[in-house]
Amino acid sequence: MESLIIAGIALVKVLILANIILLTVSYLVYFERKISAWAQSRVGPNRVGYAGLLQPFADVFKLLLKEDIVPTQANKTIHTLAPFLALFVAFTTYAVIPWGPDVTIFGRVIELSVVPNINAGILYVLALTSIGVYAITLSGWSSGSKYSLLGGVRASAQMISYEISMGFSVAGVLIFSQSLLPSEIVKSQSGLMWNAFLQPIGFITFVTAAFAETNRLPFDLPEAEPELVGGFHTEYSSMKFAAFFLAEYANMMIASALIVTLYLGGWQVPYLEKLGLSAGWEAIIQVAAFFTKLVFLMFFFIWVRWSIPRFRYDQLMDIGWKVMFPLALLNVLWAAVLAMLIK
Amino acid sequence: MAVKKRMKDFTLMEKIYLPSIVAGLSITLQNMFKPKYTMEYPEVKFMPSGHYRGRPVLVQEEDGGERCVACGLCSRVCPALAIDIQAAETEREKERYPERFEINMLRCIFCGLCEEVCPEEAIVMSKEYEIAFTNRQDAIYGKDKLLTPIADLQERIEFLRNNK
Ligand code: SF4
Ligand code: SF4
Repeated sequence: MESLIIAGIALVKVLILANIILLTVSYLVYFERKISAWAQSRVGPNRVGYAGLLQPFADVFKLLLKEDIVPTQANKTIHTLAPFLALFVAFTTYAVIPWGPDVTIFGRVIELSVVPNINAGILYVLALTSIGVYAITLSGWSSGSKYSLLGGVRASAQMISYEISMGFSVAGVLIFSQSLLPSEIVKSQSGLMWNAFLQPIGFITFVTAAFAETNRLPFDLPEAEPELVGGFHTEYSSMKFAAFFLAEYANMMIASALIVTLYLGGWQVPYLEKLGLSAGWEAIIQVAAFFTKLVFLMFFFIWVRWSIPRFRYDQLMDIGWKVMFPLALLNVLWAAVLAMLIK
Repeated sequence: MAVKKRMKDFTLMEKIYLPSIVAGLSITLQNMFKPKYTMEYPEVKFMPSGHYRGRPVLVQEEDGGERCVACGLCSRVCPALAIDIQAAETEREKERYPERFEINMLRCIFCGLCEEVCPEEAIVMSKEYEIAFTNRQDAIYGKDKLLTPIADLQERIEFLRNNK
């Protein structure tokens, strides 16, 4: 009985989270278009539904009805597998990210993340995001087109370079929390002890690396349209293309959630406990705070995309190895010194 | 090896790059709240002034007859071979008139040469830009569609008199 209840709770959490992700991702696409329009003094999609709010559904229907083309030169199995690998990675990563504090419902403590208490939570995230590179590289390689291949190769080189500075920035956070558990990391940032304030350099390197890992502008070299047609997804159409598209936005959401968890205090609101609210209200406010931070970061991702031009490939590698990597190392040192002083 | 100082070398501030990013971000953020330039077309229509070259039309005099004397110059000059004229005689003072005057709107490139060459100021470019049809037959505009009362074309005719 007990195990059934636990399984039931997990299932409900998975369902809620999966729906939130799907909805957010489809509306991210909508807001991407809206914000790009606003930044360029345009209006953006406004025909389907009120203010274009049904646009995502129209997009999905259109993509579903399109013919699915597989190039004759392609390796069919891998060509089909790659987009779903991308989606799989994008969706499973959320499992360990806590989106609220522990709440007590009917005398049962429920942690608000799908799989809480995994000792290697952050490692799990890093490992999965590395698998995400395979999706892009395999799609580029299996398409049998030079543009896709170039996109895929670029993606792998870029990911490897930025994974390093990302890893080292995370190390700075782990020194403080002394735990790989995401919920512990959140708790270690109580009050205004947010890692973003304590380790500004690490924050900047991590955010930069997150942009590079999600292939967003200014680091969207793998799909640089002017050079590579569509990059790694040139040869994809219909729902497989949509899968890549969804994965890109889901990755953006993961990156934002990670930044919130690691650097912006997760679901915590500074000095909320001073207000003396009941436990229920506190939990609601904290969950809302998590999603507010998440929304702001996702807006930031889109905002940056429409403000900054793409790097040249050599500049990208230069920044990755000669700037980001040393800065991340410096941050580890700084975090160590700070930890000595504070603890 | 001595490092050469070039004009385009960045200063330290520019090399840090973050200030420029912030500057760029603030510009786009300001833009998001500025008024938009988009004209929401089917609801709000673009109102061109006299200089606009819409579809070519035939000028219809106040008495209902056309100005055209079927000289064929427009047909001759049209680079897209869009105009087809069949001339006929009339009892009126000018003696000739086009029995059939057709412009194939799939061919017309809105160059305005017909208007420029016409000795009678009989064919002018209108302001009309909503030209759509569902088959090729409909694209051939006959006299019924081309004749436009002169009162509607005053602005263009004035523009031509001042600038042609
Ligand atoms: S506008 Fe140009 S293309 Fe069109 S009918 Fe006149 S001369 Fe021909
Ligand atoms: S040039 Fe003028 S007058 Fe001559 S046929 Fe054409 S419209 Fe008529």
